Amino acid sequence: MTHPPPMKAARSGPLADRVFGWVAKGAALFTLGMLIAILASLTVSAWPAISKYGLGFLTNATWDPVKEEFGGLVMIYGTLMTSLIALVIAVPVSFGIALFLTELSPAWLKRPLGTAIELLAAIPSIVYGMWGLLVFGPLLATYVQQPLQTAFGGVPYLGAFFSGPPVGIGILSAGVILAIMIIPFIAAVMRDVFEVTPTLLKESAYGLGATTWEVVSKVVLPYTKAGVIGGIMLGLGRAIGETMAVTFVIGNFNQLDSLSLFQAANSITSALANEFAEAGEGLHQAALMYLGLVLFFITFVVLSLSKLLLAQLKKGEGAKS
Amino acid sequence: MNSTVQNGREVRYARRKRVNAVATALSMAAMAFGLFWLFWILFETVRLGLGGLTLTTLTQMTPPPNDAGGLANAIFGSFLMVLLATFVGTPIGIMAGIYLVEFDSKSWLATATRFVNDILLSAPSIVIGLFVYAVVVTRFKSFSGYAGVIALALIVIPVVIRTTENMLQLVPSGLREAAYALGAPKWKVVLSITLRAARAGVVTGVLLAVARIAGETAPLLFTALSNQFWTSSLSEPMASLPVTIFKFAMSPYENWQALAWAGVFLITLAVLGLNILARVLTRNKS
Repeated sequence: MTHPPPMKAARSGPLADRVFGWVAKGAALFTLGMLIAILASLTVSAWPAISKYGLGFLTNATWDPVKEEFGGLVMIYGTLMTSLIALVIAVPVSFGIALFLTELSPAWLKRPLGTAIELLAAIPSIVYGMWGLLVFGPLLATYVQQPLQTAFGGVPYLGAFFSGPPVGIGILSAGVILAIMIIPFIAAVMRDVFEVTPTLLKESAYGLGATTWEVVSKVVLPYTKAGVIGGIMLGLGRAIGETMAVTFVIGNFNQLDSLSLFQAANSITSALANEFAEAGEGLHQAALMYLGLVLFFITFVVLSLSKLLLAQLKKGEGAKS
Repeated sequence: MNSTVQNGREVRYARRKRVNAVATALSMAAMAFGLFWLFWILFETVRLGLGGLTLTTLTQMTPPPNDAGGLANAIFGSFLMVLLATFVGTPIGIMAGIYLVEFDSKSWLATATRFVNDILLSAPSIVIGLFVYAVVVTRFKSFSGYAGVIALALIVIPVVIRTTENMLQLVPSGLREAAYALGAPKWKVVLSITLRAARAGVVTGVLLAVARIAGETAPLLFTALSNQFWTSSLSEPMASLPVTIFKFAMSPYENWQALAWAGVFLITLAVLGLNILARVLTRNKS
């Protein structure tokens, strides 16, 4: 009994443990390094364009690969405008879906409906894109764009938004497709944050005679405000970075002549998807890399905000329970 | 006097009920609106996809315009790249997930990794493509299957990290403590106790990651590019189903568009199948 256990077996533990720890830490560092590497490599590749144009790149609307003159305003406008349209449509719809799933739906329907909405989020964006181009676009042109044009065509200012050829390709179509794509993301986050509201609070309100709408608008919504905005930001991040769905339907045309929502336009992602593989090395490629960097920067800011807001809700939840 | 108060109350009550009815109706309409798109997209995909799908779709190569052919090389390329990317990305993702839960879960590195991971999870996939182009394609002066595999693997990692972390956190600490009390070293506790207990969840995460990259187009556009012919050599440009669909759908040729619909049908089938499988796996667990 006085003999110590054999040294070999006792030693293999700590060494294996240390190696295991290093590997795990290495994997975590790798993830961290990935973000830094992405930023660094994009900056290096974009440097010729950055040093030539500086920040003026963001406000210059000329994009001419032949004359080698590049400015990103058209694409940045396209990205922001399509995402804005997507949010305007998607936020109220997602709110309605989340409200239905948390407060109105009978218990047996909650799961299948929730799953259906999540499956909508899983469909690859290329499916949305192709469907948007070949099925949805023509219908949008006939049943939405043409009536809008006849209704608002003569109205000053407002009419400018609806001028242009109603062919179902352009900023409006891209915005609508994006809206359909981000509805499930926003709805899923909203549902999850609504469920964070303590049942006690809700039942107290119901007990005082509040209607469902009053409970949602005066109890649930104030309680989950930060989380709801975080979810919207998450959807916005998706919309800004989405490539294929937009590339199919936006028309890929570099112009910024009018405010029209029917005009073919371009977004950062669709310009990258269409031009990058063909762009010769040099200024053209650097300018595209610069666009990629701008895109990454915008999504980084939006997603960080979303993460901070969602974390704030979690913190409050811990303090109150 | 009393009756006017009573009257006012009734009016207000009626208004509250009306507002509630409108809100409820709008909420139901929103739900119907969401489902409507899902069914419409699925319906068109099945209708047009089945129309373009024949046996030759699976056996023949991608054709030139206005010629008969199939998608065999694209399907093979997609399959190969997704498979390899999963094998490369999964271990890194699982190990990082283990680090976040089982090692210094409160350290600055863990906090920073968690934050960065959430960003990478929703970062535009086209930026990953640009990154791999800058780092791999320019270095080797050629588009290649390897570059495609790397790009897809970089997308797998955050998805696997997230699910691994969440699933490991659900494992009760009593299990770990019992194993430590028996004298098991840490690596053994993690690999054969906690990871094993969280197995179903981790597998779900991997399945979701596969579903995600199977439909990814943007990161392949300037890494793997595309190829008209069958190739199993990863150092050459390689065809993939999503990139082929993109190319064919944007073309004016009818046979290309029909093939693109067939491809869309196959991809949707695979992605939704994987998602449903992942859901079934976690449901059995809970």
